[in-house]
Amino acid sequence: MRQVTTQPSTTRIWEWLDAVPDPEIPVISLVDLGIIRDVAWEGETLVVTVTPTYSGCPATSVINMDIETALRDRGIEDLKLKTQISPAWTTDWLSEKGRTKLEDYGIAPPQPAGGPEKCPHCGSPHVTKVSQFGSTPCKAHWRCQNCLEPFDYFKCI
Amino acid sequence: MATPTIKSPAFAQFLLRMGDNPLILGHRISEWCGHAPVLEEDIALANTALDMIGQTRMWLGLAAEVQGDGKSADDLAFLRDAWEFRNLLLVEVPNGDFGRTLMRQFLFDAWHAIQLGRLMKSADERVAAIAEKASKEVAYHLERSADTVVGLGDGTEESHRRMQEALDYLWPYVGEMFQSDDVDAEMVTAGIAPDPASLRVEYDALISRILTEATLTIPQSSFAHKGGRTGAMHTEHLGHLLTQMQWLQRAYPGATW
Repeated sequence: MRQVTTQPSTTRIWEWLDAVPDPEIPVISLVDLGIIRDVAWEGETLVVTVTPTYSGCPATSVINMDIETALRDRGIEDLKLKTQISPAWTTDWLSEKGRTKLEDYGIAPPQPAGGPEKCPHCGSPHVTKVSQFGSTPCKAHWRCQNCLEPFDYFKCI
Repeated sequence: MATPTIKSPAFAQFLLRMGDNPLILGHRISEWCGHAPVLEEDIALANTALDMIGQTRMWLGLAAEVQGDGKSADDLAFLRDAWEFRNLLLVEVPNGDFGRTLMRQFLFDAWHAIQLGRLMKSADERVAAIAEKASKEVAYHLERSADTVVGLGDGTEESHRRMQEALDYLWPYVGEMFQSDDVDAEMVTAGIAPDPASLRVEYDALISRILTEATLTIPQSSFAHKGGRTGAMHTEHLGHLLTQMQWLQRAYPGATW
């Protein structure tokens, strides 16, 4: 572990956080997911504001631990994590980079229309809903009628 | 928005009522985990339960904070006895068959969605924030439970019969959602929460629309079982539920992992 002698800029800290993967969908970062709401220095203390995706999501506590580990590894000793529930998290906060990575990984990104635009595997627009819920609170279960593969859809909320 | 410094026992009671509903219903529907008719329904019920337990943590966390006696949300969930719970009787009745479970979910979700919508304008910003968070999840629950009620109600002869029986059985538990008492009067005066009775018109309009589409008939009787949200008298079922839900903390007090 390195000891930080000068305070790293918040831009630098955002970059560090952008390297922390989401524990359930490791292809996107916590910054891509849009749950890091603020990074600020309050005197000697670094305050990171995090918003939960779903109120019961079991990943929330793991996420907080991962943030803490990542920043401590960078030498941040004086760290405070703040939970903020309002404004409530929305999938509008997913980054463009995150949306692309989700699709490459086989998860259809959220659409305002309420369903996936196309199959993340073969690109066919002929898709049907299997269930409004899926393998994690943030996903629904769909199937492609063209390649017949099932896939996860990131729910739009 | 300023946070009123209301520390009255009424505010704590109100928060227990908000937290105990999703706690008890969340536990009830989690009983389906591994038993639902098809895998997708199993996952859906477990996910809904998860959302509700998450909402419980926020409401009971705030209740504990307002009570200010050093208790945590976990203490409130796992160390109170039946008479200290403030949930609606509707959410504690046994699941019955899958149809009754989904009918109860719909009757509750419809009320929950309307109630949370009003609470988003609460004068207490903590209440408004929790309501804002929960209402997104509940809108999703309502969409699904309403769709399922229509699908099963307007389904086969067998599913229609079961859904009508479920509605007839659960209907006497609906009225309690709209009963007001001194706690509610205090919340209305403080601008924290709406008068429960004021939600009825919107509720009736919503459920009539869905139940008509489901080809089901709303019972005529306006009789309402009550005593859950005031704690005056729960059904015998709550105690049995608590023996399961609280077992670990009762057998091994203070256990953590």
